Amino acid sequence: MPDFQRIVRGRLGRANLEPTRESEIVDELSQHLRDRYESQLSSGMNETEAERAIIAELDSRDLAAELRDIEGRWKEPVALGSNQRPEFWPALWQDLRYAVRKLRLDPVFTTVCVLSLALGIGANTAIFQLIDAVRMRTLPVPHPQDLAVIRPSNLSTTGRQTGRYGYLTNAIWERIRARQRGFSDVFAFGNQSFNLATRGEVRNAQGLWVSGEMFDVLGIQPVLGRVFHASDDHPGCGAPGAVISYRFWQTEFSGDAGAIGKSVSLEGHSFPVLGVTPASFHGVDVGHSFDVATLICSEPVIAGEDSIYSMPHGWWLAVMGRLQPGWTLEIATAQLDSISPGIMAETLPPVYQAEARKQYLQKKLAAYPGSTGLSNLRREYESPLWLLLAVTGLVLLIACANLANLMLVRASAREKEIAVRIALGAARGRILRQLFTESLLIALLGAALGTLLARMLSSFLVRYLSGEGDVRHIFVGLVMDWRVLGFTAALAILTCVLVGLAPAIKATGTAPARVMSLAARGMTATRERFGLRRILVVAQVALSLVLVVSALLFSGSLRKLLTLDAGFQREGVLIMDIDFTRLTIPPAQRAIFRQTVVERVRALPEVEAAAETDAVPLGGSYWNDQVVVNGEVNKALVDMGHITPGYFKTIGTPLLAGREFNQHDTAASQKVAVVNQEFARKILGTENPVGRTFKIQVYQGQPQHEYEIVGLMANAKYYDLRQEFDPVAFYPQTQDDRPDNYGQIIVRAGGSLEPVVGALRRTMAEMNPDITINFRSLDEEIRNGLLKERLLAMLSGFFGLLAAVLAAVGLYGVMAYMVARRTNEIGIRMALGAAPSQMLAMVLGEAGRLLCIGVVAGIILALSVGRWAASLLFALKPYDPAIMGMACVGLAIVAVLASTVPARRAAKLQPMVALREE
Amino acid sequence: MSKLYMAKANAILDRELKKGSAELLILSLLESRPRHGYEISQQIEQRSAGTLKFNVASLYPLLYRLEKRGWISGQWVEKAGQRRRRYYKLTPAGKTMLKEHRRTWAEFVTAMQRITGVSHA
Repeated sequence: MPDFQRIVRGRLGRANLEPTRESEIVDELSQHLRDRYESQLSSGMNETEAERAIIAELDSRDLAAELRDIEGRWKEPVALGSNQRPEFWPALWQDLRYAVRKLRLDPVFTTVCVLSLALGIGANTAIFQLIDAVRMRTLPVPHPQDLAVIRPSNLSTTGRQTGRYGYLTNAIWERIRARQRGFSDVFAFGNQSFNLATRGEVRNAQGLWVSGEMFDVLGIQPVLGRVFHASDDHPGCGAPGAVISYRFWQTEFSGDAGAIGKSVSLEGHSFPVLGVTPASFHGVDVGHSFDVATLICSEPVIAGEDSIYSMPHGWWLAVMGRLQPGWTLEIATAQLDSISPGIMAETLPPVYQAEARKQYLQKKLAAYPGSTGLSNLRREYESPLWLLLAVTGLVLLIACANLANLMLVRASAREKEIAVRIALGAARGRILRQLFTESLLIALLGAALGTLLARMLSSFLVRYLSGEGDVRHIFVGLVMDWRVLGFTAALAILTCVLVGLAPAIKATGTAPARVMSLAARGMTATRERFGLRRILVVAQVALSLVLVVSALLFSGSLRKLLTLDAGFQREGVLIMDIDFTRLTIPPAQRAIFRQTVVERVRALPEVEAAAETDAVPLGGSYWNDQVVVNGEVNKALVDMGHITPGYFKTIGTPLLAGREFNQHDTAASQKVAVVNQEFARKILGTENPVGRTFKIQVYQGQPQHEYEIVGLMANAKYYDLRQEFDPVAFYPQTQDDRPDNYGQIIVRAGGSLEPVVGALRRTMAEMNPDITINFRSLDEEIRNGLLKERLLAMLSGFFGLLAAVLAAVGLYGVMAYMVARRTNEIGIRMALGAAPSQMLAMVLGEAGRLLCIGVVAGIILALSVGRWAASLLFALKPYDPAIMGMACVGLAIVAVLASTVPARRAAKLQPMVALREE
Repeated sequence: MSKLYMAKANAILDRELKKGSAELLILSLLESRPRHGYEISQQIEQRSAGTLKFNVASLYPLLYRLEKRGWISGQWVEKAGQRRRRYYKLTPAGKTMLKEHRRTWAEFVTAMQRITGVSHA
């Protein structure tokens, strides 16, 4: 019988059918031909004829073509382990689908992984977003890289300084504008708050002084109306108008197009609204925004007799400009340097004494980079932010270590599956790629969720930084720009590599045969794999220790600041700012007026004590001067202020010797002063200065009175809680030569502050509604001043706790795994007579060993990086032994708790059960 | 010459008729019971007294087409002492199509009869 299978197969070769189907068809057709052949033979044909006839039948049509049409061309599917290179995108798609399926099968694992990564990546991204906004992002104006700041290289000044960037006086600014060569254009600006209310309680807007050309130099086009131009700006311009910010336009004018022509009241003066700036423009001060911009030349109108505009020693402006094409900062600085002596000589304030004159004339102007604007927020928060980024980086590493451990366990569990696939011919690279896709998917999900968390966290941080009571008006524009996105993506990829690669390589590295024999016994871990897990846990413990130490350091620092004896009582003290400019009281009667207000306030039943001063502790506004003793000028700067009788009782600073001011200290009587201990020690070199005298180093042409010291007060912090005590001298309000139109009434309340505020409002309205008032709580002011420390303490505390929890989880995982792995061994030991307590000790001992190594490594790490944080601490050294000890104990407790469960499980094992375990 | 022409015309007619009716033939043969391919070709040859012949190259493509359309379904069956064979049976869809094909064929034949006057016993 001919080989019909071969014959048919030969005819079907061209059809290119799918192999299984081809086999079927060959079977079927060859069967038919066999039957036909036999039938032909039985009808009388010989073999050769029969064969020929049958083959003729077979060839009567183009069978191959017909079958190809019917069955379709066979496409070779992608087979794992085949040597063929599958197309990239279908393979990736298949990997992704497989990864999704695998992850869905184990929701707990997936959730834990994605959440820990989201937390780690989210925290990092949030902090980075802040750093980006505060430090890196350039101003949202055209060509920010051309911008530069012009200011003196030495910023210390004598005289009156206001605003955040009071680098220059108006006189200096005008000469810079006229004589500079390196800039195609320059502009000046300053900041101040404007009271929008015409009477009663103050309602502050963030104001911006601008020179006429500022908006044009920055390339800012208004969205409504117009902005200022150089032609608007000239001395005596009066109140031509105000340019408002987009946000202000939305909140105050409801975004109404009819806002142009309406007016805003700035400190009681009416300014017509000229235009609205775009929503993206917030000024050049990074960290703050503005509400109302008005011309520098309008300052005399708003400030009245307190005007700083023509004051030669009034420092209130900053200057920026665009560099000329081809000019660099160095060349511009050289030009500014050459014109500096002339400018300083021409603008020298006549009231300066010798030393101040020398310092002034030596000032040199220079150009500094300005593409990222000016920012004192940056100065204050840059270090803490970088530190926080390091902290969150460590948290992410710890989370990754946890994930890596989890992945290792998973990889062990899947070893059998992988071994089978390798045995069937899968390429190792292909499997690696698939495992990698799984960790990439987890990383991407974590990054996506992390981005959402980051948004929430950074918004929260910005709100927190703005402080309570909207006092500091911090504004940080949070934007998801390419830097932040790139950072997040890089983190995702990094974690994917860290977490997924090692386990994947380990999993595919073992020979399949070995794996299968081990897998049958259920224990596939090698000693080497377990060693890696141990190392990961030790690393986690070490990193957690660093974070716990930092948390304790910052919390300790904050606690010390909050509880330190500031020299006065801060609880229950209310500050009422009053401004009675509109009452136009002549200077000679202002002190009496203030005293009247104080007496009215004292009369209220809710008030325990009240006084008036222009130097509220930690209030930020005071002045300082040098004093002259026995004809010699003392180099130390003395903080000074005016107070009324009752001040010490109200503020809670004890009077240690002598007396306080009384009704006998008038404008006509001997000038008197009360000084603090530091003044007595540093300036006079004595413990009791009562009776001694001194003079103040006043301006030229001013009368230099001799002050007799009548009282000694205890040291108190006036400028900054963190700094040492300064010498302080107080004078009676009645003896103030140049009384102001405003003051600060400090009030000690019997109970809570709310009822007092209400009573005061009523009283002041009764007295005269044209007096503008503003309320602040001293406690709140101090807390706001400690914002940085509170932020650090809060965040480092949170992350320290998180790190400890993650380390505990990691430790638990390793211990549980160890117990599971050594179940057999434990069973043998117990069968041979070991007590359960000994098994307990064995597990705890193992945990203890890991803990110790981790703690030692952590201490070394903490000591080496500690010095970076030193400047942010108060009254604590980074290597404080008590704190280190506390951190070690804390982690030890966590470790014991984490290993207790597996340890007890080991102790409770029944020997027979354990032995049976394979 | 006319004999050759006649033979050619017969061949053409033969092919055309066969094409249209081949499906009907197979479907109706499978109506009573499942059969394998060789059996189907034998049945056709026998019942048509040799007029209609389906050889291997023309039968199987037809069977596979019908199978692809879902009118018949094939199954490998191994009977004791025999090689395995592929048996085909009608699907429910196939039964519907058989009814349809029969109706169409009957209409066609009736029309032809009216015109040509050919009738059958």
